Amino acid sequence: MIAATAALGQRAETSPYLDDVVKKFVLAAVFWGVVGFFVGDYIAWELAFPHLNLDLEWTTFGRLRPVHTSAVIFAFGGNVLIGTSFYVVQRTCRATLFGGAGLGNIIFWGYNSFIVMAAASYVLGMSQGREYAEPEWWLDIYLTVVWVAYLIAFAGTIMKRKEAHIYVANWFYLAFILTIAMLHIGNNLAIPAVFFGGTWWKSYSLYSGAQDAMTQWWYGHNAVGFFLTAGFLAIMYYFVPKRAERPVYSYRLSIVHFWALIFLYIWAGPHHLHYTALPDWTQTLGMTFSVMLWMPSWGGMINGLMTLSGAWDKLRTDPVMRFLVTSVAFYGMSTFEGPMMAIKAVNSLSHYTDWTIGHVHSGALGWVAFVSFGALYYLVPKLWGRKEVYSLRLVGVHFWVATVGVLLYITAMWISGIMQGLMWRAYDNLGFLQYSFIETVEAMHPYYVLRATGGVLFLTGGLVMAYNVWRTIRGDVEAAGAVRQSVATAR
Amino acid sequence: MNPVIDFVEHVLRPLWGLWVMILFLGIVFWAYRPKNKGRFDSYGDIPFRDDDKER
Repeated sequence: MIAATAALGQRAETSPYLDDVVKKFVLAAVFWGVVGFFVGDYIAWELAFPHLNLDLEWTTFGRLRPVHTSAVIFAFGGNVLIGTSFYVVQRTCRATLFGGAGLGNIIFWGYNSFIVMAAASYVLGMSQGREYAEPEWWLDIYLTVVWVAYLIAFAGTIMKRKEAHIYVANWFYLAFILTIAMLHIGNNLAIPAVFFGGTWWKSYSLYSGAQDAMTQWWYGHNAVGFFLTAGFLAIMYYFVPKRAERPVYSYRLSIVHFWALIFLYIWAGPHHLHYTALPDWTQTLGMTFSVMLWMPSWGGMINGLMTLSGAWDKLRTDPVMRFLVTSVAFYGMSTFEGPMMAIKAVNSLSHYTDWTIGHVHSGALGWVAFVSFGALYYLVPKLWGRKEVYSLRLVGVHFWVATVGVLLYITAMWISGIMQGLMWRAYDNLGFLQYSFIETVEAMHPYYVLRATGGVLFLTGGLVMAYNVWRTIRGDVEAAGAVRQSVATAR
Repeated sequence: MNPVIDFVEHVLRPLWGLWVMILFLGIVFWAYRPKNKGRFDSYGDIPFRDDDKER
């Protein structure tokens, strides 16, 4: 412990980088991860056993669902993204964070207080009713201010860089920051009701009808594209090479990967509105661009996986590497499934069913959360001046528990979703619908239990990580005997 | 009407998809041009050039 403290002191003198604010984001990410997984699993049990909503308005599915999505995407994912971006941009630019600790802390507390206020507002029944953009107008303005501060800190660091070239991870981070700013403002244009004698907290969208739906899914799909994809690809392009101790497979492919993603993603949104009042040509446009997205997605996946070439043994010996590589494999899988589901004929079966939920979670749990876990396990020992995490054995436990959880979740939703879609379109020989809606709901019950069980496993993995992070920060190292055993278990 | 603006408005603008495509192909050409190979490959080493002290 004393040695560890001394190492920490020495580090503070020698490191030219501002890491205190990164530490805060890392701790917040672990905390929000556990909270978000818990709320998600709770509402999964609510779907299986509706009495769990306690018959209270604050704990109904409708109010807790945005708490879950905001907690995992914006609180867990957002803290991982901002934290890693500050870590990566300082090192790849060899420059201290622009704006220093002051600006960093404003961003940290501003962003996290936004999360708390947004969650509280949903529980109290305030919502714009826009998916993944539920916060009302006054919270939207608050977030805009914080986000501009984030852009200033990030872009400012790039501008004072000592490295001539801007490393590809920073391109992805910058695309994420800029596009989210554009999407956030574009989608949230609204008129507060207070100007017309309504309440202060309520607003109505500036758009209406098909334009409103299109704006919502232009936002929604690009939130997937630029928050959950571009941002986490930045993590891949820095942390996979660092952990594998070898440069990215092809830097030139990363350039093409970046620009192809930028050119294509922005058009894919209409696939959320197949067979609606949206004009047919717009639907076909969205479908076509979604299918084209296969190419950059798989180019990026190959780039991430092939970085391991010549070092594949690390997959067996290093559970942190296993998280990173598995995440890239899930990225490939869900970016294959997504374009397939965007094809109109497939979509006519899959849309509005649990298949969509399964697809989202194979991306969100398998790709986004796993790459985040890998980055966090890499970061925590580095930031707190430890050689390695407290227990690699527990990282292995986390990996397997979470992987089984994800597989349970997505297989349950595949079966449930396809069954649901087939039941909805089944006709009897007189041309009547064969099943009433409630019959399809009853048929889903066992799969909902299975899904929620997968969620318990995923949450357990998150708790194991929180424990491991806590012990690492304390400076503990698991006893040698247990470590030797861990290698055996890991294999 | 200014003939230049008229030309941009009615001839060039509807073909925006083509211009964007040409721009993208230009980026691919630039990225994979043999002349640039050594330079781009060297950028892959940037993550290993930070000022962190090994512990």
